[in-house]
Amino acid sequence: MAEKKPRVPVREQDAKERAANFREVCLGYDLQEAVSEASRCLHCKNPRCVGACPVNVRIPEFIAEIVRGDIDAAAAVIARDSSLPAVCGRVCPQETQCEGSCILGIKGEPVAIGKLERFVADNASNASPAIPESNGIRVAVVGSGPAGLACASDLAKMGYEVTVFEALHKAGGVLQYGIPEFRLPKDTVLKRELDAVASLGVRFETDVVVGRTVTVDSLMEKEGFKAVFIGSGAGLPKFMGIPGENLCGVFSANEFLTRNNLMKAFRDDYMTPIHTGKKVCVVGGGNVAMDAARTALRLGAEVHVVYRRTEAELPARREEVHHAVEEGIVFDMLTNPVEITDDGRGWVKSLRCIRMELGEPDQSGRRSPVPIEGSEFEIDTDTVIMAVGTSPNPLISNTTAGLELTRRGGLVADEAGQTTRPGVFAGGDAVTGAATVILAMGAGRRAAKAIDEYLRG
Amino acid sequence: MLTPNICRMRVSAPRLAAAALPGQFLIVRADEKGERIPLTISDYDAAEGWVTIVTQNIGASSADIISFEPGESFADVVGPLGNPSEFVKETPSGSERVVFLAGGVGTAPVYPQVKWLHEHGVKADVIVGARTRDLLIYTDELRSVADNLYLCTDDGSLGFHGVGTAMLEKLVSEGARYTRAVAIGPMIMMKFSVLTCKKLGIPIVVSLNTLMVDGTGMCGACRVTVDGRTRFACVEGPEFDGTLVDFDEAMRRQGQYKEEETYEKEHHVCRIGRGK
Repeated sequence: MAEKKPRVPVREQDAKERAANFREVCLGYDLQEAVSEASRCLHCKNPRCVGACPVNVRIPEFIAEIVRGDIDAAAAVIARDSSLPAVCGRVCPQETQCEGSCILGIKGEPVAIGKLERFVADNASNASPAIPESNGIRVAVVGSGPAGLACASDLAKMGYEVTVFEALHKAGGVLQYGIPEFRLPKDTVLKRELDAVASLGVRFETDVVVGRTVTVDSLMEKEGFKAVFIGSGAGLPKFMGIPGENLCGVFSANEFLTRNNLMKAFRDDYMTPIHTGKKVCVVGGGNVAMDAARTALRLGAEVHVVYRRTEAELPARREEVHHAVEEGIVFDMLTNPVEITDDGRGWVKSLRCIRMELGEPDQSGRRSPVPIEGSEFEIDTDTVIMAVGTSPNPLISNTTAGLELTRRGGLVADEAGQTTRPGVFAGGDAVTGAATVILAMGAGRRAAKAIDEYLRG
Repeated sequence: MLTPNICRMRVSAPRLAAAALPGQFLIVRADEKGERIPLTISDYDAAEGWVTIVTQNIGASSADIISFEPGESFADVVGPLGNPSEFVKETPSGSERVVFLAGGVGTAPVYPQVKWLHEHGVKADVIVGARTRDLLIYTDELRSVADNLYLCTDDGSLGFHGVGTAMLEKLVSEGARYTRAVAIGPMIMMKFSVLTCKKLGIPIVVSLNTLMVDGTGMCGACRVTVDGRTRFACVEGPEFDGTLVDFDEAMRRQGQYKEEETYEKEHHVCRIGRGK
């Protein structure tokens, strides 16, 4: 019979306090809490959580190790399938993956798998893995985000000599420039994960823009790389195409978050400028919108999230929405911007919006929003941040022979990551368009396997 | 130092130098806490593995870059970024005659373009404008590769007394014929260069020095309206058909962080060379 024990709540920074700092919101379990939560797992004969995880972490196995109190053994179980457990425990949408399929969730609350994974990653001793013997075959990985890191570490474990090329000055991709400090601390958590990948023998070269500094062709023809994995990420920020988007005070979420996360604008000792004004409207409902909104709030602004559907359709992780509401962010639902007005000096004065109602379900199964005629109204604001998605970056596809693109501009790649050019593989947002960290990692892992098969003929 | 305020540096960057072409730029970060500063490449040597940058002291970050002494290293140098000049893809025929309008620090990146054309047998005249004679830079270098070099100063302290566009009008009225123009300099100077070239019927390309963070298309800070469409200067530029650029918007957007930058400049304590 299912236990009736409730889920162990996780300690968090108080909402009022955290709204004014960039320290991590969730404080994580201690050993006693973790063991208590781990003991709720039913150890199903056919664990649905494993199948629902994009990298198939052996969840009941690592949870069993926690119950035994052997955290290092739990870490070793996770490490067989995931190279970034401290990241995934924090940023995965567990409610639609592992926890979403947990049997306990049918009548009560699922096991807090994400929080347990995080506990293991944060508390395991840093035993450096044995570096496998090199097979002398060089593989290049383009981009040091989740896809690239997962691919690189799997290849390194198989003995390949892997070099990861990163365009920015710090490795990590979206984990570095996109996801804020208060969700994923950089100097502690992310650095430790990156160091773990480097300890497998993976080399990182920052400040190299593939498609400009070097090309995929030059890497293969001149630098001796036998295969290349492209995990270059989501690309160019989209705008809505409404009047006033180029006014001063309108930013892409990418710019706003990069200034704050990668360039540390929130810290006084860094030189990066950032602009919020008194009031900020963030347009969009995904994780990026939540990150931008909560960052603007911490920088001292009053923040509204403007979203054209309802709370039920918000694509963001549930925990992020919940935290955003707790912190005092206002959600203007069923609201769609139609224009950004000018204050007469070329800066934002207001966001003109129209009220929406939900109509018939669209292809994605979500009910599509329809404007209510004559319902336009204005929200006075200093700053507008657009978090409405991205379109693929043409830099690599334009400079690499033989790479076909989808209609939307993403790289064509099969399930294993094979592109239309032999020896060149791809995965993550560069193929699928903006998705999640864990899906990108899954693609990176599958590509590593495919690269190994390709190179062994 | 080229002038008390403008500094030229040769930076060792073999991969970058091997890939650089006229018209492209790079991004420099002085130290761990510095900004990413986009700068046009003003010379390069693939064999020796260096590029040249020219910086004007206009803010706390550029002051940090200028404070570097020979032998020191920047935290980061990345590039080349942006597309090469149009003529690199398709060499103009020998019957073409190009005129360059250069202003201020924008004179430096004109040099590799003129040099490239010179090496490919295309004739190019260069008009360099500055407020006063002490601010004229790259004159010797340009003289060695340009067909004709015209120097202009607003105060008449050297060469033609007046702005570069007035010099261009004078040359055309005296019979000079140009098949294309390239303007690189402050936004306002490029705006007026476009107006003059439109009047004279000369097609003109401008190189836009917009705000940028990453320089690879990711942030969109560099967006400009060209022919009514939003374009990203870093991946689609930096050069555009000048007659299609919305300069008024571009100038406003360039000043977007002025308030924050003034604050940084006033409160900035230089850490370079103090063990950070």
